[in-house]
Amino acid sequence: MTALLLAAEDVNVARNVAFYIIAAMMIVGALRVVTTNNLVHAALWLVVVLSGFAAQYILAGAEFVAVSQVLVYIGAVMVLFLFGIMLTRAQIGGETGLNNQNWAIGIPVGLLLFGLLTWVIIDAVDDSVIADGPPANTEEIADNVLSPYLIPFLAISFVLLAAAIGAMVLARKD
Amino acid sequence: MYAANFLVLAAALFSIGVYGVIARRNAVMVLMSIELILNSVNLNLIAFALMNDTIDGHVFALYVIAIAAAEVGVGLAMVLMIYRNSKSIKLDELSRMKG
Repeated sequence: MTALLLAAEDVNVARNVAFYIIAAMMIVGALRVVTTNNLVHAALWLVVVLSGFAAQYILAGAEFVAVSQVLVYIGAVMVLFLFGIMLTRAQIGGETGLNNQNWAIGIPVGLLLFGLLTWVIIDAVDDSVIADGPPANTEEIADNVLSPYLIPFLAISFVLLAAAIGAMVLARKD
Repeated sequence: MYAANFLVLAAALFSIGVYGVIARRNAVMVLMSIELILNSVNLNLIAFALMNDTIDGHVFALYVIAIAAAEVGVGLAMVLMIYRNSKSIKLDELSRMKG
């Protein structure tokens, strides 16, 4: 397990170093999101985590997904969250009572889930190594979206339309 | 780079998101934790695409991003409506349907 998590010598060292720095940043950010007492700070820590995801996608050679992540999450979803925080009139300073009374149940559940998932992952992939390759071809993504995965694409277009209309109907004042 | 790196990181962030969903009682905070969960699933899809040398994982990661955007839009609209009706978004106080 510990040997597995150390950087191997026959693979790209810079990629490993970048991975661990960004991973540490993401985990600290995620822990702050779920523990901070300030709603606005939680939203801003979430920006750190989401940018970390975009950086990991670039490390994994998924450039188009990384750019979509920045546009959709950091551009659109975070603005929605900040509007949601403002419109529900959260206190701008620290706030008490953001946690449930029995919030401590979440700690063993989270730890157990992490242990189980890690065990399964180590059991399944063991120490298979990802090769360095060129980044994924965006043209190939477009070919896949518009031919074998066309039906899910149309379904998702419909879901987005329905969600946009539904959100407007729900949030409208009348 | 080991294949398990991405998967273990995604598992850690998934568990943190599950803890957030259980522990938080502010509805906006719960939605933020759900975003963490959805993003860690995306990281898994990208890692599997890299391991198997296919592009399918990227396509489905894009689909998950679209679904997550729709989910957060509807979710925040519902939170706003709940706030307007009961002046509170604390999830444990919303027990009107309990009977």
